Amino acid sequence: MKKYDTIIIGAGPAGLTAGIYLARAKRSVLIIDSGSAGGQMILTHKIANYPGVLDISGYELANNMKKQAKSFGCKILSSSDITKLDIAGKEKFIQVDGEDDFSADSVIIATGGEPRSLGLDSEKKFKGKGISYCATCDGDFFQDKDIVVIGGGNSALEEAVSLTKYASSVTIVHQFDHFQGYEHAIREAQDHPKIKIILESDVEEFIGDESLTSVRIKSNKDGSTQDLNVTGGFIFIGYIPRTSVFKDILDINNRGEILVDSDLKTNVKGVFAAGDVIEKKVRQVTTAVSDGSVAALGVIDFLNSH
Amino acid sequence: MLGTNLNHIESASSLEKTINENENVMVCCGRMGPMCLPVYDVMENLEDKYEDVKFFDMEFDNPEAAIIRNLPECRSFQGLPFVVYYKNGKVAKATSSIQNKDEVKAILNDKFGTPE
Repeated sequence: MKKYDTIIIGAGPAGLTAGIYLARAKRSVLIIDSGSAGGQMILTHKIANYPGVLDISGYELANNMKKQAKSFGCKILSSSDITKLDIAGKEKFIQVDGEDDFSADSVIIATGGEPRSLGLDSEKKFKGKGISYCATCDGDFFQDKDIVVIGGGNSALEEAVSLTKYASSVTIVHQFDHFQGYEHAIREAQDHPKIKIILESDVEEFIGDESLTSVRIKSNKDGSTQDLNVTGGFIFIGYIPRTSVFKDILDINNRGEILVDSDLKTNVKGVFAAGDVIEKKVRQVTTAVSDGSVAALGVIDFLNSH
Repeated sequence: MLGTNLNHIESASSLEKTINENENVMVCCGRMGPMCLPVYDVMENLEDKYEDVKFFDMEFDNPEAAIIRNLPECRSFQGLPFVVYYKNGKVAKATSSIQNKDEVKAILNDKFGTPE
């Protein structure tokens, strides 16, 4: 079993920043992520509000952070699933699929969030055959086609507008009677001649044989249904914190966010949490980086005093 | 050429040579986009574990990638990346859009065998 001073679960901006701070403080650090290093940041086409960097792709910024963390000695295991977790005691134990077992004196949870799915069987069936989660990636497959965008936040509204470059029509379906996005994003979508809007409705089913041909929509007002003939469905219905494995160990609120104090300590001694996974209002790369540094400094204090 | 750490295939003839000279080949045909990057990362992580499989990427917008884009198995695909698994020079499986490590491993194990 390999022992580290700190194991960081999650290699997004919070986790990588924490790794950089800890490794520079000469602490041994293992960072584990079930996906790619960089987290949701790599999904961002362009980042223009990260101070000191004029303009950079999310992938490039993530890659720089990853290289920086490695250069200070962090060990990073990406695409690695945790199969066993015991972090309640003084020594923390973590088992990773296909790797060694690891232990540490402290843990930082920076698992971030994952895109919320509709949870329909038909959503899975048509993934890549009509259903998409990325307008930039897959928009050009829908040139002159009718498509539907599901969601009512900033991502849904902005992606709907961007998809009008390709599609002949874009219908936004949203479950509530109003949008949750910024006023300018709402206005841009509402005013666009190619965009139609259906509020207070949910997608009940995606329909087709080999690929998507229509979407069944159910009104939340009167329960009536209608089928929209579309060949594309883009889903942007927000993110949920990745905390299910911690629910029996840590204090978590009803939205699945981990509760922490101002030093980002959780209710378990030696376990800190940082980034999008904690209870907070603003979720940006900059705030995740801030959390990562606060958590790392808290861990250094903790390690020095124990 | 894609900026990944995988080996790259840049021409149709190179792909044909590769699949004819290697029993098990996985090719991820995509861009440097958010649906493709996680799949490259999974492949980089599995390269050491699946020694009998050759892992490659190919740039989707390279005209030579038509050899993958026009495969009958990819006819209905509308999401990047297009991932094609070749066994003895023939398509054994093809997938569209993002796949996680478990999904990729399940296909590798099913089509090429579980590594020892």
